[in-house]
Amino acid sequence: MTALLQVEDLKVAYGKIEAVKGISFTVQQGEVVTLIGTNGAGKTTTLRTLSGLLKPAGGKIFFDGTPLNGIGAHKVVAMGLAHSPEGRRLFPRLTITENLQLGAFLRKDPDGVQQDINMCYDLFPILGERRKQAAGTLSGGEQQMLAMGRALMSRPKLLMLDEPSMGLSPIMMQKIMETIRELKAQGTTILLVEQNAQAALSIANHGHVMEVGKIVLSGTGEELLHDESVRKAYLGED
Amino acid sequence: MNDLPQQLANGLLLGALYGLIAIGYTMVYGIVQLLNFAHGEIFMIGGFGALTMWLWMPDGTNLAVALPLMILMAVACSVLVAVGAERFAYRPLRGAPRLAPLITAIGLSIALQQAIWAWYPDATKARPFPEFTGSRIELGSVSIQRGDLYLLIAAPVCMIALGFFVSKTRSGRAMQATSQDPDTAKLMGINTDRIIVMAFAIGGAFAAIAAIAHGLRYGNVDFRMGFIAGLKAFTAAVLGGIGNIYGAMIGGIVLGVAEAMATAYVGNIPGMEQFGGGSWKDVWAFVLLILVLLLRPQGLLGERVSDRA
Repeated sequence: MTALLQVEDLKVAYGKIEAVKGISFTVQQGEVVTLIGTNGAGKTTTLRTLSGLLKPAGGKIFFDGTPLNGIGAHKVVAMGLAHSPEGRRLFPRLTITENLQLGAFLRKDPDGVQQDINMCYDLFPILGERRKQAAGTLSGGEQQMLAMGRALMSRPKLLMLDEPSMGLSPIMMQKIMETIRELKAQGTTILLVEQNAQAALSIANHGHVMEVGKIVLSGTGEELLHDESVRKAYLGED
Repeated sequence: MNDLPQQLANGLLLGALYGLIAIGYTMVYGIVQLLNFAHGEIFMIGGFGALTMWLWMPDGTNLAVALPLMILMAVACSVLVAVGAERFAYRPLRGAPRLAPLITAIGLSIALQQAIWAWYPDATKARPFPEFTGSRIELGSVSIQRGDLYLLIAAPVCMIALGFFVSKTRSGRAMQATSQDPDTAKLMGINTDRIIVMAFAIGGAFAAIAAIAHGLRYGNVDFRMGFIAGLKAFTAAVLGGIGNIYGAMIGGIVLGVAEAMATAYVGNIPGMEQFGGGSWKDVWAFVLLILVLLLRPQGLLGERVSDRA
């Protein structure tokens, strides 16, 4: 069975500085894969390259059997790869509803879009209550919910989440992680980048540990969660 | 002061003209943070486009009949130049330091002026533009030139159409998204290159419509006319809050009214006699700009500089 996403020896450079130095991994249909690692490991760069915002310096990306080689970001979305970026990046002066509508920008089924917006409000009732409010006025947790909702609005085959728990209170973080678990249970394929390794690994089917642009360790979520070096480096245990 | 309504009307008309041109500055700035200093020339070229169409008409054609075709031609010329400038002058510099496109814009502005000077027949001097003949139109205590009727209709129609486009259509929504966060707009599937072209095209079309108003009002078009008009419109855009389309129109009107008032009344202030009259109006316009920049740098309708959470 071919993987939904197949990354082979991917390299990404900012000028002469190589941020991603040849990584390979796959994401199978229906699974959650996580990339963990410290700041500057190249996780966000990897996601930004997959979604077409950055051009790879080398290597190959296959999505759903089709090569994604430097095609524009707006075409990648059309193929079914949605990206909820680091820092949430909502459209601050547009309302919640307008942000969600933009998530469905390429869809041609207005009824389906409306249905999905309502589903989103069921998933996150607080967003429904504030649907006419500008996104910039929401709290961090509410913004994260909206960012995830917006990414789901394109009905993606693969959802990429970059640091969904960043800057959130512990309660909010738990709520977001629960939502990811729920999405997984519904069969959504997810590529998750997280600094909260404990939470990410306990949800993920597979995980990859990145350090300075390379994957240094791979395994199932369970394996990595119990790996001694991972526990020392990322789970804060001696 | 009993000519106050008349002066207000003059100011409003002048302001509407500035506002129409200012839309081009503000839309392009709002999306790519570029000050397109060639926009004044895009305006000027619209004027020459309209004149060309007029000269193609058989002798004795009624101006009112010719006007729609002149508008079409003016818009076509300005949009073509605006979109061409984006494609060949600015797009290759996207991502370059801010100074590079700015200098390119100034160079382009000079090049376009000189191109008209050199290649448009007899354009080394101002060329006469057709005018609506007949007496001025009386509206109560106010009278306006017949030609200004065009501006009186065109400016509100354009603004309402633009407001509708930006807030209600799919492309307009995409335009707002692109101006707020271009990278994320791409992640939504928006082709931001197309949105940028659209902003240049709309700005060009509005400038062309304004150029005809300018021609009808002053009775000529001139290869230099884009310089001061462009500078004033840029001032209007900054006054209103650059990046905000309603701000551009309001900034234009504030500027136009301020100019008309200063022209009419500054000379009446004891001790200021020598600063009144038309020759000082540009000075007062830029004094207003400096005051706004000092007291409210974001402009009248400007948004907070940082609004990203």
